[in-house]
This record gives sequence, structure tokens and C-alpha cells, in this order.
Amino acid sequence: MTEVALQAVELVRRIEGVVSHTLVNGIDLAVNKGEFVAITGPSGSGKSSLLYLLGLLDAPSEGEIMICGQPTSKLSETERADVRLTKCGFVFQFHFLLPEFTSLDNVLLPMRAAGRMTEGEMRERGLALLGSLGLGEHANKRPNQLSGGQRQRVAIARALANRPEIIVADEPTGALDTASTEQVFSILRDIADQGQTVVVVTHDPALAARADRRIHIVDGKIAEITERGGGELVCEMVS
Amino acid sequence: MKLLFNIAWTHVSARVRQTLVGMAGVAMGVGFTIMMAGLMQGSQIDFLRQLVDTMPHITVDDERRSVPTQPAEQEYAAVQMADIANVGKRPGIKYPESVMSSLRSWIPGDVAPSVTTSAIIDHGGARIGITLTGIDPRREVQVSKLAAQMREGKLDDLSRAPNGIIVGEALAEKLGVKTGNTVLLVGGQDTRLNSTVAGLFRSGLKRVDESQIYSLAGTAQLMMGQSGVVNQLRLRLNDPMSAQKVAAQVEAQTGYKSVSWQEANADLLSTFTVRDFIVLTVMGAMLLTSSFATYNIISTITHEKRQDIAIMKSLGMREYAVRRIFIIESIIIGVVGILFGWILGYLLCYGWSKITIFNPLTGTTVPLQIYYSAMHYVVAGGISLLCCAGAAYFPARKATRVHPVDIIRGAS
Repeated sequence: MTEVALQAVELVRRIEGVVSHTLVNGIDLAVNKGEFVAITGPSGSGKSSLLYLLGLLDAPSEGEIMICGQPTSKLSETERADVRLTKCGFVFQFHFLLPEFTSLDNVLLPMRAAGRMTEGEMRERGLALLGSLGLGEHANKRPNQLSGGQRQRVAIARALANRPEIIVADEPTGALDTASTEQVFSILRDIADQGQTVVVVTHDPALAARADRRIHIVDGKIAEITERGGGELVCEMVS
Repeated sequence: MKLLFNIAWTHVSARVRQTLVGMAGVAMGVGFTIMMAGLMQGSQIDFLRQLVDTMPHITVDDERRSVPTQPAEQEYAAVQMADIANVGKRPGIKYPESVMSSLRSWIPGDVAPSVTTSAIIDHGGARIGITLTGIDPRREVQVSKLAAQMREGKLDDLSRAPNGIIVGEALAEKLGVKTGNTVLLVGGQDTRLNSTVAGLFRSGLKRVDESQIYSLAGTAQLMMGQSGVVNQLRLRLNDPMSAQKVAAQVEAQTGYKSVSWQEANADLLSTFTVRDFIVLTVMGAMLLTSSFATYNIISTITHEKRQDIAIMKSLGMREYAVRRIFIIESIIIGVVGILFGWILGYLLCYGWSKITIFNPLTGTTVPLQIYYSAMHYVVAGGISLLCCAGAAYFPARKATRVHPVDIIRGAS
């Protein structure tokens, strides 16, 4: 039986104001462990909003998000931060590395915040992660000494630091050239193949096609789900 | 905590000029506060020392604080009295020698008898009202610093000169008299006595030096027209600060009004309290103002680091941990600033202690009195550190309350 890593139940995110605006409108979604899911959709369709909800960066107006079977809607902000620290890894369109820190220090940041390992163990893991992403010789460089692709790989290493169950990536290749895009996407694919769940928002249909499942969002709702089953694409129109 | 300190350190060390300005602000605030505290307390202690040295610590007069209880009141539970006749009692403390020997048995200090009366000193056409205190020179040295305050002559000269008196320098200057001159003393019952100036003293308190003269007890008794009377006991204590407590005990034992130096100078001491309050307010304002530079720096850093704050929060760092980073930054600035402030404060105190000021009233040049106390450094440092932490807390709280999604969306 397939284990569900991430589940959204009737998820709604509404921005209240003079004119209320619904970003995410009643989405039901289950992502299995080790699955690579791509979320696509036009600008303003609510795909990033959905991603932030799935990664507990934002709280839903209605509905429930379960991470590894644990409901999260009633968690306090501190408890949500703990879940983010231990179970989720984030990669953003821009690397968002701390500019004063070296690559290694940036990778060590989540581990140090979690405080579960000794300094030696953390450094060992940090260097191993950077090495596995081809950045071994850039460990002591600061972000401004790295190329865009290298920075994004450091950001991926940082996201993997605490061995999270789920990697959430918001257009991680949006600011990269073609070669770096290919490299970053391959890394994310490998991560999923190694058993970690990856949910990625992308505008690139070619990249989305390489995911296990593509979820197309329109106006805050799932419009289409495309699955790669046995090497063939299976398309399901939801609404 | 090490992680937070590392992040904080990278922030402050990346802004050397801003950080130095903040540290300089704290150092100036702490340094000048220490200098002010040393100066104010130094001058106050110097003044009190002069006051305590000049006056007896406790004076016991032949008065009572309230009307004596009438014999009828002692006898009956309810008494109504009217037109109580004045009884002309002989002034003075009854059995002064036995009272003194009783006091000597328990007070932490010594006691001496004296005779105090008012008189007019008449010389060269000038008539000035003075307080004449008759003393026993052998006992006086036990209870006052008069012997040390002598500028001309000695206490023993009172016995050698005919009706000898010791006059304050300021009064002698006013009258134009010198040691060996004769002046006329006029007492309350028109008693007239030619007295010889046997010596001059200077207490340092102008009001004392202009109005107080000393003679032998016998001379003062003669001026009062009461031979053998002792109307005042003067006590000197090992610890002047215990005078209030001891005075209350003496009064309870003897029944005579016992006035401590604190009570005698209550008005003056209350002005010190007001002065202390003003000084503390000014010093607090100085320290608070010095922390504004820190506030400015932390505000700038939190504004510049909004994106980093958002990322740290999105990675799972708790809000209070992120807030603590900026408070640590402020404390780094504060601690280094305080260390420099301590050095600056000491140097300022040292420099000011070398300044001398001419007092036209006394005609003397005196150095500024500085009181060195570790407490000044600790308190100024502690308050400054609190101000710095407070100055960082508010911008940090505001900055860390931002929703990471808002920042990330804005940056994307």
C-alpha cells in the first residue's frame, strides 16, 4: 500500500479585505511518498499559494493539510515552524541564501536551528550534500562568488539538510539558464527517485512532463491531472 | 544560541561604520553618566563630610519636644486644666555629669558638655549677633574637629587668654579683628564682657564661620548669668550615619530633645534628595538617548534583512529565535560600547579631579571632588545594556512579525 506523504482536504485560502479574493478554492490532493508532483498553471492561478499552504508557510482559511498523516490546521505558529524545520525543505525561485554566510554555513543553517547533531556531524553532512550536488570545492564561497545555478544547488542542499520528508520548490528553475535548469531538475528528479517527496511549481511544460504527476491549476482549482503511468501519460479532466 | 550569535555577528561586522557609531553613542552615554555620578556624589559627600566634621553628630538640649506632663495628668485619668502658671525653672540639663557617664556607657562614641547662648559681639562700631558655645577644651577634642580646624592659636589658648574666645575666620574678617585683639561681648541680660581673641578657626561652612564663637564653659555661663549650668551635650559617634537612631535612644533615655545632624539639616538633605532625583533623571535620559543610535542601527538592519528574516522563518526558525538575533546584535554593540564607556568615564573623572575652582566666598581654591565607585560603572552599564536591548526589541519584533510569504512573493 502506498504511503501518503502530503494530503490536502478541501483546501481554501481566501484573502479577506474590502474585496475578498480566493486564491485556493477547495482543493483535494494526496501526494505519495517518493512521488514527484509538478503544479502548473497560468500566472495568478493560485499554484504558488497552494504550494505555500502545502509547505505550511501559509495557513488555510478552510480545510486541512496532513503531513505524514499529521493534521496541521490546529498547530500553533511555533509548532508549524517545527514541522517546517524537520519535515519540509524549501527551494524558491531565487536562491535566498544568507549573503554573509558561506555555502557550507547556509547548508548548516537548518541543521543548527534543529540542533540534533554535533557540529562535526553537521559539517560532515553539509560537505557531503554539497559534494553530491557538485559543489564540494565551493563550500567556503559566499553566494556572490557563485553562479546562479550553483546558488540554486546550494539552496537545494540547504533544503535537504534535515532529511525532510517533503521538498517544496517554487519555480526553482525560473531564474536559471537552460543548462542550469536541466541540472536542477535532474537533481530534484533524483531526490524523488531516492524516496523523498517533491512538489514543484513550474511554468515549464517540458519539465512538468518529467514529473510523476502534473496538476494543472486554474482559478484556484485543479483543472487537470496528468499522470505518467507505466511510461504513458494519462490525462484526467477534473472539472 | 551559537547560530544566532554567528548570524548577529555577521550582521554587525558587515556594517563597521554604523556599528562603531552605535558603540560610540553608548560609550559617550556611559562615560558621561559615570563622570556625572562621580562628580555629583563627590561634591555631596564632600559637603556632608564638612557638615559632619563641623557639627556634633547629636546635640542634646535642655528642652523637651512636647509640653511636660502635669502632675495632675499623671494622677487622674481625665483632667481639664486652664491658666497653667509659668514656673521659672533653672535652665540646663539636670545632673549633666551623671547623664554623660550614663550615655558614655553605651553610645558608640563620646560626649562632652557645653553651654550655648546667644550674644552680640561689639567691635569697631559693628554689632553682630553670634552663637557663643562654652566648651571644655580637653573634652572638646573628643567630640569635634575644632582643634583640627584651628587656623591660628590652639584650643588650650582659651584658658590662657583673659575671657578667651575662638572666632571664625569669616567673622574675624568681617569685624577686622586678629588674634590677641579684645572685643566686647554683650549677653542677654546686658552682661558685658571684654574678651580676647585667642584663636581663629575655619570649618568650611560659611554660616558657621560667620556666626559661631567658642569660649570656655565658665565664660559662656557668665554671659548667661547662670553659673555651673550645662544646657547642651554634644555627642560624636563612630558612625555618623547612625546618628538618627542613637539620637532617638538618647531622647528616650534622658527625656531631653536630642537632635541628630540629619534632623538639624533636614531641609538641606531634602534638597539633596531633589538634586539626586534630577541628576538621576538627566543620567537616565543620557543613557536612553545614547541607545537611540542602537535603535537606528537595528532598525536599518532589520529593514535590510527582511528577506533573510523571511527565509529563516520559512526554514523553520522560530519567531523569537529570529528576534533574538537582533537583540544579540544590540547587546554586542552595547557591551563593547559599555567597555569603552567605562574607560572614557574613568578618564573623564580623572581629568575633572585635576580641575581646581576658586571659591570667592571662602577665598580658597579647591579641586573638584570626584567619588569613584564601582557601583557607578555597574549601574551605568546595566541601564545602558537594558536601553540597548529595549531599543532593539521593538524594531526586531516588528520585523519578525512579517509573514514570510509576503516577503517571498515580493521578492519573486
